[in-house]
Amino acid sequence: MTWAEIGIVLLRVLLTFGLLMTVTLVNVWLERKVLADMQSRIGPSRAGPWGILQTVADGLKLFFKESITPRKAELGMYILAPFLAVVPAFLIFMMVPWGRPFTLGGQEVALQGADLNIGLLFILAMSSLAVYAVVLAGWSSGSKYPLIGGVRATAQAISYEAAMGLAMVSVVVFSATQGDGGTLSLNEIVARQSGNWGDILPIFAWVPRWNIFPQIIAFVIFFIAIVAETNRAPFDLVEAEQEIVGGFHTEYSGMRFAMFFLAEYINIFSMSAVAATLFLGGWNGPTLEGIVPGLVSAVLPTLWFLMKTYLIVFLFIWIRATLPRLRYDQLMVLGWKGLIPTALIWLMVSTVVMGIRQFGLPWS
Amino acid sequence: MGVLAELIKGLRVTGGTMLRTITGREMVTTPYPDVMREKPQRFHGRHVLNRYSDGMEKCIGCQLCAGACPADCIYVRGQDNDPENPVSPGERFGFVYEINLLRCIFCGLCVEACPTEAITMTHLFEMSTTNREDAIYTKETLLMDEKGRVPHMFPEDSLADLAELDTADGWLRATAPSGLASYQGTVMWRGTPGRGDWSPEPSQEVGDRSKDDSDG
Repeated sequence: MTWAEIGIVLLRVLLTFGLLMTVTLVNVWLERKVLADMQSRIGPSRAGPWGILQTVADGLKLFFKESITPRKAELGMYILAPFLAVVPAFLIFMMVPWGRPFTLGGQEVALQGADLNIGLLFILAMSSLAVYAVVLAGWSSGSKYPLIGGVRATAQAISYEAAMGLAMVSVVVFSATQGDGGTLSLNEIVARQSGNWGDILPIFAWVPRWNIFPQIIAFVIFFIAIVAETNRAPFDLVEAEQEIVGGFHTEYSGMRFAMFFLAEYINIFSMSAVAATLFLGGWNGPTLEGIVPGLVSAVLPTLWFLMKTYLIVFLFIWIRATLPRLRYDQLMVLGWKGLIPTALIWLMVSTVVMGIRQFGLPWS
Repeated sequence: MGVLAELIKGLRVTGGTMLRTITGREMVTTPYPDVMREKPQRFHGRHVLNRYSDGMEKCIGCQLCAGACPADCIYVRGQDNDPENPVSPGERFGFVYEINLLRCIFCGLCVEACPTEAITMTHLFEMSTTNREDAIYTKETLLMDEKGRVPHMFPEDSLADLAELDTADGWLRATAPSGLASYQGTVMWRGTPGRGDWSPEPSQEVGDRSKDDSDG
Protein backbone atom coordinates (compact mmCIF):
# COMPACT_ATOMS: atom_id res chain seq x y z
CA MET A 1 0.00 0.00 0.00
CA THR A 2 1.49 3.30 -1.03
CA TRP A 3 1.35 6.51 0.94
CA ALA A 4 -1.07 7.96 -1.56
CA GLU A 5 -3.49 5.11 -0.97
CA ILE A 6 -3.24 5.50 2.80
CA GLY A 7 -3.84 9.21 2.41
CA ILE A 8 -6.94 8.60 0.34
CA VAL A 9 -8.33 6.14 2.86
CA LEU A 10 -7.74 8.72 5.58
CA LEU A 11 -9.35 11.40 3.46
CA ARG A 12 -12.41 9.24 2.86
CA VAL A 13 -12.86 8.44 6.51
CA LEU A 14 -12.28 12.03 7.63
CA LEU A 15 -14.66 13.41 5.03
CA THR A 16 -17.36 10.96 6.07
CA PHE A 17 -16.75 11.67 9.74
CA GLY A 18 -16.87 15.42 9.15
CA LEU A 19 -20.09 15.14 7.18
CA LEU A 20 -21.67 13.04 9.89
CA MET A 21 -20.71 15.42 12.69
CA THR A 22 -21.94 18.44 10.75
CA VAL A 23 -25.29 16.94 9.86
CA THR A 24 -25.76 15.71 13.42
CA LEU A 25 -25.32 19.23 14.75
CA VAL A 26 -27.83 20.43 12.19
CA ASN A 27 -30.20 17.54 12.88
CA VAL A 28 -30.60 18.28 16.57
CA TRP A 29 -31.39 21.87 15.73
CA LEU A 30 -33.67 20.83 12.87
CA GLU A 31 -35.65 18.48 15.04
CA ARG A 32 -36.19 21.10 17.72
CA LYS A 33 -37.16 23.68 15.14
CA VAL A 34 -39.56 21.40 13.24
CA LEU A 35 -41.14 20.17 16.46
CA ALA A 36 -41.58 23.78 17.53
CA ASP A 37 -43.24 24.63 14.25
CA MET A 38 -45.57 21.67 14.57
CA GLN A 39 -46.58 22.88 18.02
CA SER A 40 -46.97 26.56 17.06
CA ARG A 41 -43.86 27.51 18.99
CA ILE A 42 -40.70 29.33 17.97
CA GLY A 43 -38.03 26.89 19.03
CA PRO A 44 -34.35 27.70 19.57
CA SER A 45 -33.71 31.22 18.33
CA ARG A 46 -31.05 32.81 20.51
CA ALA A 47 -27.73 31.12 19.61
CA GLY A 48 -26.62 32.23 16.18
CA PRO A 49 -28.90 32.98 13.24
CA TRP A 50 -32.23 31.15 13.71
CA GLY A 51 -30.64 29.48 16.74
CA ILE A 52 -28.59 27.20 14.52
CA LEU A 53 -25.70 27.15 17.01
CA GLN A 54 -27.96 25.88 19.79
CA THR A 55 -26.49 22.38 19.54
CA VAL A 56 -22.97 23.75 19.90
CA ALA A 57 -24.03 25.69 22.97
CA ASP A 58 -25.72 22.64 24.49
CA GLY A 59 -22.71 20.47 23.70
CA LEU A 60 -20.33 22.94 25.33
CA LYS A 61 -22.56 23.13 28.37
CA LEU A 62 -22.68 19.36 28.74
CA PHE A 63 -18.93 19.16 28.22
CA PHE A 64 -18.31 21.28 31.30
CA LYS A 65 -20.83 19.48 33.47
CA GLU A 66 -19.86 16.92 36.04
CA SER A 67 -20.25 13.28 35.01
CA ILE A 68 -21.88 11.79 38.07
CA THR A 69 -21.26 8.13 38.85
CA PRO A 70 -23.89 6.38 40.99
CA ARG A 71 -22.50 4.50 43.99
CA LYS A 72 -23.99 1.18 42.88
CA ALA A 73 -22.81 1.45 39.27
CA GLU A 74 -20.74 -1.29 37.66
CA LEU A 75 -17.99 1.12 36.87
CA GLY A 76 -16.31 -0.51 33.86
CA MET A 77 -19.51 -1.09 31.92
CA TYR A 78 -20.95 2.20 33.09
CA ILE A 79 -18.08 4.11 31.51
CA LEU A 80 -17.89 1.90 28.43
CA ALA A 81 -21.58 2.03 27.49
CA PRO A 82 -21.66 5.58 26.01
CA PHE A 83 -18.75 4.68 23.72
CA LEU A 84 -20.51 1.48 22.72
CA ALA A 85 -23.45 3.64 21.68
CA VAL A 86 -21.47 6.09 19.57
CA VAL A 87 -19.10 3.72 17.76
CA PRO A 88 -21.71 1.53 15.98
CA ALA A 89 -23.65 4.65 15.05
CA PHE A 90 -20.58 5.98 13.27
CA LEU A 91 -19.70 2.64 11.69
CA ILE A 92 -23.15 2.28 10.13
CA PHE A 93 -22.71 5.50 8.22
CA MET A 94 -19.21 4.46 7.12
CA MET A 95 -20.86 1.93 4.80
CA VAL A 96 -23.09 4.42 3.03
CA PRO A 97 -21.89 5.95 -0.25
CA TRP A 98 -22.81 9.62 -0.09
CA GLY A 99 -21.51 10.99 -3.38
CA ARG A 100 -20.14 10.17 -6.80
CA PRO A 101 -16.49 9.04 -6.75
CA PHE A 102 -14.04 11.63 -8.03
CA THR A 103 -10.40 11.42 -9.07
CA LEU A 104 -7.71 13.15 -7.10
CA GLY A 105 -4.18 13.04 -8.49
CA GLY A 106 -4.84 9.91 -10.53
CA GLN A 107 -6.42 8.08 -7.58
CA GLU A 108 -10.15 7.46 -7.40
CA VAL A 109 -11.69 8.72 -4.18
CA ALA A 110 -15.05 7.15 -3.33
CA LEU A 111 -17.18 9.30 -1.06
CA GLN A 112 -17.83 6.46 1.34
CA GLY A 113 -16.10 5.43 4.54
CA ALA A 114 -15.43 1.90 3.35
CA ASP A 115 -16.85 -0.16 0.50
CA LEU A 116 -17.32 -3.60 2.03
CA ASN A 117 -18.81 -6.27 -0.21
CA ILE A 118 -20.89 -7.34 2.80
CA GLY A 119 -21.97 -3.80 3.57
CA LEU A 120 -25.58 -4.66 4.42
CA LEU A 121 -24.58 -7.47 6.78
CA PHE A 122 -22.19 -5.08 8.48
CA ILE A 123 -24.98 -2.55 8.94
CA LEU A 124 -27.22 -5.22 10.47
CA ALA A 125 -24.42 -6.31 12.78
CA MET A 126 -23.71 -2.75 13.91
CA SER A 127 -27.34 -1.91 14.50
CA SER A 128 -27.58 -4.98 16.71
CA LEU A 129 -24.46 -3.91 18.59
CA ALA A 130 -25.98 -0.51 19.25
CA VAL A 131 -28.58 -2.21 21.42
CA TYR A 132 -25.85 -3.53 23.69
CA ALA A 133 -24.95 0.00 24.68
CA VAL A 134 -28.50 0.61 25.86
CA VAL A 135 -28.78 -2.69 27.68
CA LEU A 136 -25.38 -2.36 29.35
CA ALA A 137 -26.03 1.26 30.30
CA GLY A 138 -29.32 0.24 31.85
CA TRP A 139 -27.85 -2.67 33.74
CA SER A 140 -24.62 -1.04 34.90
CA SER A 141 -26.31 2.06 36.29
CA GLY A 142 -27.38 0.05 39.33
CA SER A 143 -30.77 1.73 39.39
CA LYS A 144 -34.25 0.42 38.74
CA TYR A 145 -35.53 2.68 35.98
CA PRO A 146 -32.47 2.30 33.77
CA LEU A 147 -32.74 -1.44 34.26
CA ILE A 148 -36.34 -1.45 33.06
CA GLY A 149 -35.28 0.63 30.07
CA GLY A 150 -32.48 -1.79 29.29
CA VAL A 151 -34.78 -4.81 29.47
CA ARG A 152 -37.27 -3.08 27.20
CA ALA A 153 -34.44 -2.37 24.75
CA THR A 154 -33.61 -6.07 24.43
CA ALA A 155 -37.21 -7.04 23.71
CA GLN A 156 -37.66 -4.20 21.26
CA ALA A 157 -34.45 -4.92 19.42
CA ILE A 158 -35.25 -8.61 19.00
CA SER A 159 -38.73 -7.83 17.71
CA TYR A 160 -37.78 -5.20 15.18
CA GLU A 161 -34.34 -6.40 14.10
CA ALA A 162 -36.04 -9.35 12.40
CA ALA A 163 -38.48 -7.19 10.46
CA MET A 164 -35.70 -4.84 9.46
CA GLY A 165 -33.53 -7.71 8.23
CA LEU A 166 -36.40 -9.25 6.27
CA ALA A 167 -37.19 -5.94 4.60
CA MET A 168 -33.52 -5.65 3.66
CA VAL A 169 -33.54 -9.17 2.23
CA SER A 170 -36.43 -8.23 -0.04
CA VAL A 171 -34.33 -5.40 -1.42
CA VAL A 172 -31.31 -7.63 -1.82
CA VAL A 173 -33.35 -10.24 -3.70
CA PHE A 174 -34.87 -7.59 -5.88
CA SER A 175 -31.53 -5.93 -6.45
CA ALA A 176 -30.04 -9.25 -7.52
CA THR A 177 -32.41 -9.32 -10.49
CA GLN A 178 -31.41 -5.81 -11.50
CA GLY A 179 -27.82 -6.61 -12.36
CA ASP A 180 -25.26 -9.36 -12.62
CA GLY A 181 -25.92 -11.58 -9.61
CA GLY A 182 -26.74 -10.69 -6.03
CA THR A 183 -24.83 -8.14 -4.02
CA LEU A 184 -24.67 -6.84 -0.46
CA SER A 185 -22.44 -3.89 -1.33
CA LEU A 186 -24.27 -0.61 -0.91
CA ASN A 187 -22.22 0.92 -3.69
CA GLU A 188 -23.46 -1.74 -6.10
CA ILE A 189 -27.06 -1.43 -4.88
CA VAL A 190 -26.91 2.31 -5.56
CA ALA A 191 -25.40 1.75 -9.01
CA ARG A 192 -28.25 -0.62 -9.88
CA GLN A 193 -30.80 2.10 -9.11
CA SER A 194 -29.59 4.51 -11.81
CA GLY A 195 -31.76 5.02 -14.86
CA ASN A 196 -35.54 4.78 -15.01
CA TRP A 197 -38.38 2.27 -15.19
CA GLY A 198 -38.97 2.88 -18.89
CA ASP A 199 -38.23 -0.77 -19.75
CA ILE A 200 -41.26 -2.02 -17.78
CA LEU A 201 -43.74 0.30 -19.45
CA PRO A 202 -42.81 3.24 -21.71
CA ILE A 203 -44.99 5.61 -19.67
CA PHE A 204 -42.73 5.01 -16.67
CA ALA A 205 -39.76 6.53 -18.47
CA TRP A 206 -39.82 9.54 -16.17
CA VAL A 207 -39.86 7.44 -12.99
CA PRO A 208 -36.37 6.97 -11.54
CA ARG A 209 -35.28 3.35 -11.13
CA TRP A 210 -35.49 3.42 -7.34
CA ASN A 211 -36.23 0.32 -5.35
CA ILE A 212 -39.05 2.04 -3.46
CA PHE A 213 -41.49 1.69 -6.38
CA PRO A 214 -41.48 -2.11 -6.64
CA GLN A 215 -40.60 -2.53 -2.95
CA ILE A 216 -42.96 -0.03 -1.34
CA ILE A 217 -44.14 -2.49 1.31
CA ALA A 218 -40.56 -3.37 2.21
CA PHE A 219 -39.88 0.35 2.53
CA VAL A 220 -42.77 0.86 4.93
CA ILE A 221 -41.68 -2.10 7.05
CA PHE A 222 -38.08 -0.95 6.96
CA PHE A 223 -39.02 2.56 7.97
CA ILE A 224 -41.12 1.42 10.94
CA ALA A 225 -38.33 -0.93 11.97
CA ILE A 226 -35.63 1.73 11.88
CA VAL A 227 -37.78 4.09 13.93
CA ALA A 228 -38.00 1.30 16.50
CA GLU A 229 -34.30 0.48 16.16
CA THR A 230 -33.25 4.04 16.91
CA ASN A 231 -35.63 4.15 19.91
CA ARG A 232 -37.54 7.10 18.58
CA ALA A 233 -41.11 8.09 19.32
CA PRO A 234 -43.57 6.37 19.08
CA PHE A 235 -41.26 3.47 19.94
CA ASP A 236 -39.22 5.24 22.62
CA LEU A 237 -40.21 2.89 25.40
CA VAL A 238 -36.54 2.58 26.23
CA GLU A 239 -36.41 6.21 27.30
CA ALA A 240 -40.05 6.96 28.10
CA GLU A 241 -39.59 10.02 30.27
CA GLN A 242 -43.12 9.84 31.64
CA GLU A 243 -42.89 6.24 32.85
CA ILE A 244 -39.27 5.42 33.62
CA VAL A 245 -37.76 8.89 33.97
CA GLY A 246 -35.15 8.70 31.21
CA GLY A 247 -34.77 4.97 30.85
CA PHE A 248 -31.24 3.79 30.26
CA HIS A 249 -29.69 7.27 30.52
CA THR A 250 -31.34 8.31 33.77
CA GLU A 251 -28.11 8.03 35.72
CA TYR A 252 -25.90 9.56 33.06
CA SER A 253 -24.89 13.18 33.05
CA GLY A 254 -22.36 15.49 31.47
CA MET A 255 -20.36 14.26 28.52
CA ARG A 256 -21.47 10.66 28.98
CA PHE A 257 -25.07 11.68 28.51
CA ALA A 258 -24.05 13.85 25.58
CA MET A 259 -22.60 10.77 23.90
CA PHE A 260 -25.88 8.88 24.19
CA PHE A 261 -27.65 11.91 22.81
CA LEU A 262 -25.13 12.17 19.98
CA ALA A 263 -25.48 8.47 19.23
CA GLU A 264 -29.25 8.76 18.94
CA TYR A 265 -29.01 11.53 16.38
CA ILE A 266 -26.18 9.92 14.45
CA ASN A 267 -28.27 6.75 14.37
CA ILE A 268 -31.25 8.62 12.98
CA PHE A 269 -29.15 10.07 10.22
CA SER A 270 -27.28 6.84 9.51
CA MET A 271 -30.45 4.79 9.35
CA SER A 272 -32.16 7.39 7.17
CA ALA A 273 -29.12 7.32 4.92
CA VAL A 274 -29.35 3.52 4.69
CA ALA A 275 -33.04 3.80 3.85
CA ALA A 276 -32.32 6.43 1.21
CA THR A 277 -29.57 4.23 -0.22
CA LEU A 278 -31.63 1.05 -0.32
CA PHE A 279 -34.93 2.50 -1.49
CA LEU A 280 -34.47 6.00 -2.88
CA GLY A 281 -31.48 5.43 -5.14
CA GLY A 282 -28.76 6.86 -2.89
CA TRP A 283 -26.86 9.63 -4.59
CA ASN A 284 -28.43 8.94 -7.99
CA GLY A 285 -30.02 11.93 -9.61
CA PRO A 286 -29.62 14.33 -12.48
CA THR A 287 -26.08 15.74 -12.39
CA LEU A 288 -26.80 18.22 -15.22
CA GLU A 289 -23.41 17.42 -16.71
CA GLY A 290 -22.42 19.89 -19.42
CA ILE A 291 -25.13 22.36 -18.38
CA VAL A 292 -23.54 23.51 -15.11
CA PRO A 293 -19.83 23.84 -14.20
CA GLY A 294 -17.97 20.61 -13.49
CA LEU A 295 -17.60 21.31 -9.79
CA VAL A 296 -21.36 21.78 -9.35
CA SER A 297 -22.18 18.55 -11.13
CA ALA A 298 -19.63 16.79 -8.92
CA VAL A 299 -21.33 18.08 -5.78
CA LEU A 300 -24.90 17.52 -6.99
CA PRO A 301 -24.99 13.75 -6.22
CA THR A 302 -24.12 14.53 -2.60
CA LEU A 303 -26.90 17.07 -2.55
CA TRP A 304 -29.37 14.54 -3.92
CA PHE A 305 -28.26 12.08 -1.28
CA LEU A 306 -28.68 14.64 1.50
CA MET A 307 -32.09 15.67 0.21
CA LYS A 308 -33.34 12.09 0.17
CA THR A 309 -31.89 11.41 3.59
CA TYR A 310 -33.39 14.54 5.06
CA LEU A 311 -36.74 13.58 3.61
CA ILE A 312 -36.65 10.48 5.80
CA VAL A 313 -35.21 12.40 8.77
CA PHE A 314 -38.12 14.78 8.43
CA LEU A 315 -40.49 11.83 8.40
CA PHE A 316 -38.88 10.69 11.67
CA ILE A 317 -39.56 14.09 13.24
CA TRP A 318 -43.04 14.33 11.80
CA ILE A 319 -43.96 10.93 13.21
CA ARG A 320 -42.52 11.92 16.56
CA ALA A 321 -44.60 15.08 16.66
CA THR A 322 -47.73 13.16 15.75
CA LEU A 323 -47.94 9.80 17.46
CA PRO A 324 -48.18 9.01 21.17
CA ARG A 325 -45.94 6.31 22.59
CA LEU A 326 -47.03 2.70 22.14
CA ARG A 327 -47.80 0.53 25.12
CA TYR A 328 -45.42 -2.38 25.63
CA ASP A 329 -47.90 -5.02 24.42
CA GLN A 330 -48.88 -2.89 21.44
CA LEU A 331 -45.22 -2.71 20.51
CA MET A 332 -44.95 -6.48 20.63
CA VAL A 333 -48.18 -7.01 18.68
CA LEU A 334 -47.09 -4.62 15.96
CA GLY A 335 -43.68 -6.29 15.73
CA TRP A 336 -44.55 -9.97 15.88
CA LYS A 337 -48.10 -10.07 14.50
CA GLY A 338 -47.79 -7.18 12.09
CA LEU A 339 -44.40 -6.45 10.67
CA ILE A 340 -42.68 -9.84 10.71
CA PRO A 341 -45.50 -11.80 8.99
CA THR A 342 -45.99 -8.99 6.48
CA ALA A 343 -42.27 -8.89 5.78
CA LEU A 344 -42.15 -12.69 5.34
CA ILE A 345 -45.14 -12.75 2.99
CA TRP A 346 -43.78 -9.80 1.06
CA LEU A 347 -40.39 -11.48 0.76
CA MET A 348 -42.08 -14.63 -0.58
CA VAL A 349 -44.27 -12.74 -3.02
CA SER A 350 -41.51 -10.55 -4.34
CA THR A 351 -39.13 -13.52 -4.63
CA VAL A 352 -41.68 -15.53 -6.60
CA VAL A 353 -42.46 -12.61 -8.89
CA MET A 354 -38.78 -11.94 -9.45
CA GLY A 355 -38.12 -15.59 -10.13
CA ILE A 356 -40.91 -15.78 -12.69
CA ARG A 357 -39.71 -12.59 -14.34
CA GLN A 358 -36.17 -13.85 -14.59
CA PHE A 359 -36.58 -17.56 -15.29
CA GLY A 360 -40.13 -17.77 -16.65
CA LEU A 361 -42.96 -19.88 -15.27
CA PRO A 362 -41.77 -23.16 -13.79
CA TRP A 363 -43.97 -25.25 -16.10
CA SER A 364 -43.07 -23.49 -19.30
CA MET B 1 -56.60 0.16 7.27
CA GLY B 2 -58.39 2.16 9.92
CA VAL B 3 -55.09 2.64 11.68
CA LEU B 4 -53.55 4.02 8.54
CA ALA B 5 -56.40 6.49 8.07
CA GLU B 6 -55.97 7.67 11.66
CA LEU B 7 -52.22 7.99 11.15
CA ILE B 8 -52.72 10.16 8.08
CA LYS B 9 -55.27 12.23 9.97
CA GLY B 10 -52.72 12.84 12.73
CA LEU B 11 -49.95 13.65 10.29
CA ARG B 12 -52.23 16.14 8.60
CA VAL B 13 -52.82 17.94 11.88
CA THR B 14 -49.13 18.31 12.70
CA GLY B 15 -48.13 19.03 9.12
CA GLY B 16 -50.86 21.62 8.76
CA THR B 17 -49.86 23.30 11.99
CA MET B 18 -46.27 23.42 10.79
CA LEU B 19 -47.26 25.07 7.51
CA ARG B 20 -49.41 27.60 9.33
CA THR B 21 -46.60 28.37 11.77
CA ILE B 22 -43.96 28.76 9.07
CA THR B 23 -46.17 31.06 7.04
CA GLY B 24 -46.85 33.09 10.19
CA ARG B 25 -50.57 32.46 10.37
CA GLU B 26 -50.42 30.73 13.74
CA MET B 27 -47.98 31.22 16.58
CA VAL B 28 -48.76 30.71 20.22
CA THR B 29 -45.49 31.95 21.70
CA THR B 30 -43.72 35.24 21.16
CA PRO B 31 -39.95 35.70 21.02
CA TYR B 32 -39.61 37.17 24.51
CA PRO B 33 -37.95 39.56 25.31
CA ASP B 34 -37.86 40.99 21.78
CA VAL B 35 -41.63 40.92 21.64
CA MET B 36 -43.59 41.24 24.88
CA ARG B 37 -47.17 40.06 25.05
CA GLU B 38 -49.76 42.48 26.21
CA LYS B 39 -50.57 41.58 29.78
CA PRO B 40 -54.11 41.21 31.05
CA GLN B 41 -55.53 44.36 32.56
CA ARG B 42 -55.76 42.84 36.03
CA PHE B 43 -52.29 41.35 35.97
CA HIS B 44 -50.81 40.81 39.44
CA GLY B 45 -47.29 42.19 39.34
CA ARG B 46 -44.91 43.82 41.77
CA HIS B 47 -46.42 45.89 44.59
CA VAL B 48 -46.15 49.61 44.97
CA LEU B 49 -46.88 51.92 47.90
CA ASN B 50 -48.87 54.91 46.73
CA ARG B 51 -48.99 58.54 47.75
CA TYR B 52 -51.78 61.09 47.56
CA SER B 53 -51.25 63.71 44.93
CA ASP B 54 -50.14 66.22 47.60
CA GLY B 55 -47.22 63.93 48.40
CA MET B 56 -48.60 62.33 51.58
CA GLU B 57 -48.11 58.60 52.00
CA LYS B 58 -51.31 56.59 51.88
CA CYS B 59 -50.06 53.86 54.23
CA ILE B 60 -51.22 54.29 57.82
CA GLY B 61 -49.27 51.37 59.23
CA CYS B 62 -52.37 49.38 60.25
CA GLN B 63 -50.83 45.99 59.33
CA LEU B 64 -54.05 44.70 57.77
CA CYS B 65 -52.09 43.69 54.67
CA ALA B 66 -49.69 41.67 56.83
CA GLY B 67 -52.66 40.03 58.51
CA ALA B 68 -54.33 39.18 55.23
CA CYS B 69 -51.20 37.81 53.62
CA PRO B 70 -51.53 34.02 53.29
CA ALA B 71 -47.82 33.63 52.63
CA ASP B 72 -46.86 35.74 55.61
CA CYS B 73 -44.44 37.73 53.54
CA ILE B 74 -45.33 41.28 54.56
CA TYR B 75 -43.77 42.95 57.58
CA VAL B 76 -45.18 46.32 58.68
CA ARG B 77 -44.46 48.48 61.68
CA GLY B 78 -46.38 51.71 62.22
CA GLN B 79 -45.33 54.84 64.02
CA ASP B 80 -47.14 57.92 65.26
CA ASN B 81 -47.07 60.89 62.97
CA ASP B 82 -45.32 64.03 64.03
CA PRO B 83 -48.27 66.52 64.14
CA GLU B 84 -46.07 69.31 62.84
CA ASN B 85 -44.69 67.35 59.93
CA PRO B 86 -46.96 64.39 59.18
CA VAL B 87 -45.97 61.64 56.76
CA SER B 88 -49.52 60.43 56.22
CA PRO B 89 -52.89 62.13 56.73
CA GLY B 90 -53.82 59.87 59.66
CA GLU B 91 -52.50 59.40 63.14
CA ARG B 92 -49.91 56.86 62.19
CA PHE B 93 -47.83 55.98 59.15
CA GLY B 94 -46.01 52.92 57.89
CA PHE B 95 -42.56 53.22 59.42
CA VAL B 96 -41.21 49.89 58.23
CA TYR B 97 -42.67 48.15 55.20
CA GLU B 98 -41.04 45.02 53.80
CA ILE B 99 -42.28 42.43 51.35
CA ASN B 100 -40.37 39.22 50.83
CA LEU B 101 -41.06 38.62 47.16
CA LEU B 102 -39.56 35.14 47.31
CA ARG B 103 -42.50 34.17 49.51
CA CYS B 104 -45.15 36.33 47.88
CA ILE B 105 -47.68 34.38 45.84
CA PHE B 106 -49.07 37.51 44.17
CA CYS B 107 -52.62 36.75 45.29
CA GLY B 108 -53.47 40.40 45.81
CA LEU B 109 -55.14 39.92 49.20
CA CYS B 110 -53.00 42.72 50.64
CA VAL B 111 -54.44 45.05 48.03
CA GLU B 112 -57.96 43.98 48.95
CA ALA B 113 -57.28 44.35 52.67
CA CYS B 114 -55.77 47.83 52.52
CA PRO B 115 -58.30 50.40 53.84
CA THR B 116 -56.56 53.36 52.21
CA GLU B 117 -55.54 51.82 48.86
CA ALA B 118 -51.96 52.39 49.89
CA ILE B 119 -50.64 49.14 48.46
CA THR B 120 -51.52 48.24 44.89
CA MET B 121 -49.99 46.05 42.26
CA THR B 122 -48.31 47.00 39.01
CA HIS B 123 -47.61 45.08 35.83
CA LEU B 124 -43.92 44.52 36.54
CA PHE B 125 -43.01 40.87 36.73
CA GLU B 126 -39.31 40.70 35.83
CA MET B 127 -37.94 40.61 39.35
CA SER B 128 -35.21 37.97 39.27
CA THR B 129 -32.27 38.68 41.51
CA THR B 130 -28.90 37.09 42.07
CA ASN B 131 -29.16 36.99 45.84
CA ARG B 132 -31.91 36.56 48.38
CA GLU B 133 -31.53 39.93 50.05
CA ASP B 134 -32.43 41.71 46.83
CA ALA B 135 -35.75 39.90 46.82
CA ILE B 136 -36.84 41.55 50.07
CA TYR B 137 -38.32 44.85 48.99
CA THR B 138 -38.23 47.62 51.54
CA LYS B 139 -40.01 50.93 51.68
CA GLU B 140 -37.30 52.55 49.56
CA THR B 141 -38.04 50.31 46.60
CA LEU B 142 -41.81 50.03 47.11
CA LEU B 143 -42.79 53.63 47.76
CA MET B 144 -43.35 55.94 44.82
CA ASP B 145 -41.59 59.29 44.97
CA GLU B 146 -43.37 62.61 45.42
CA LYS B 147 -43.77 63.01 41.70
CA GLY B 148 -45.54 59.64 41.48
CA ARG B 149 -42.70 57.71 39.91
CA VAL B 150 -42.18 54.18 41.18
CA PRO B 151 -38.56 53.11 41.75
CA HIS B 152 -37.25 50.15 39.78
CA MET B 153 -34.72 47.81 41.38
CA PHE B 154 -32.56 47.60 38.28
CA PRO B 155 -33.49 50.58 36.10
CA GLU B 156 -30.44 50.11 33.87
CA ASP B 157 -31.37 46.51 33.06
CA SER B 158 -32.05 45.92 29.38
CA LEU B 159 -35.31 44.20 30.29
CA ALA B 160 -36.53 46.98 32.56
CA ASP B 161 -39.79 48.36 31.26
CA LEU B 162 -40.50 51.33 33.49
CA ALA B 163 -43.97 51.75 32.01
CA GLU B 164 -44.98 48.50 33.69
CA LEU B 165 -44.59 50.19 37.05
CA ASP B 166 -47.02 52.93 36.09
CA THR B 167 -49.74 50.47 35.15
CA ALA B 168 -52.09 49.53 37.93
CA ASP B 169 -53.28 45.96 38.12
CA GLY B 170 -56.84 47.04 37.40
CA TRP B 171 -58.30 45.29 40.41
CA LEU B 172 -58.99 48.59 42.08
CA ARG B 173 -60.45 50.07 38.97
CA ALA B 174 -62.82 47.16 38.59
CA THR B 175 -63.95 46.73 42.17
CA ALA B 176 -65.90 49.86 42.78
CA PRO B 177 -67.15 50.96 46.23
CA SER B 178 -70.56 49.43 45.50
CA GLY B 179 -68.94 46.08 44.92
CA LEU B 180 -70.15 45.88 41.34
CA ALA B 181 -67.52 45.30 38.71
CA SER B 182 -69.62 47.22 36.22
CA TYR B 183 -69.94 50.25 38.53
CA GLN B 184 -69.96 53.38 36.42
CA GLY B 185 -70.28 56.15 38.99
CA THR B 186 -67.54 58.35 40.33
CA VAL B 187 -64.60 56.43 41.64
CA MET B 188 -63.61 57.80 45.02
CA TRP B 189 -59.98 56.83 45.04
CA ARG B 190 -56.98 56.89 42.84
CA GLY B 191 -55.64 53.34 42.60
CA THR B 192 -53.13 53.85 39.89
CA PRO B 193 -49.56 54.65 40.70
CA GLY B 194 -48.23 57.73 39.04
CA ARG B 195 -50.03 60.76 37.75
CA GLY B 196 -51.05 59.29 34.41
CA ASP B 197 -54.50 58.64 33.07
CA TRP B 198 -55.74 55.13 32.42
CA SER B 199 -58.11 53.61 29.95
CA PRO B 200 -61.59 52.69 31.16
CA GLU B 201 -62.74 49.17 31.84
CA PRO B 202 -64.57 47.61 28.89
CA SER B 203 -68.01 48.44 30.30
CA GLN B 204 -67.13 51.92 31.55
CA GLU B 205 -67.28 55.11 29.57
CA VAL B 206 -64.50 57.66 29.44
CA GLY B 207 -66.64 60.36 30.99
CA ASP B 208 -67.11 58.38 34.18
CA ARG B 209 -63.65 59.18 35.39
CA SER B 210 -64.10 62.94 35.42
CA LYS B 211 -64.00 63.19 39.22
CA ASP B 212 -61.24 60.65 39.80
CA ASP B 213 -58.92 63.05 41.50
CA SER B 214 -61.58 64.45 43.84
CA ASP B 215 -59.97 62.88 46.92
CA GLY B 216 -56.40 63.77 46.00
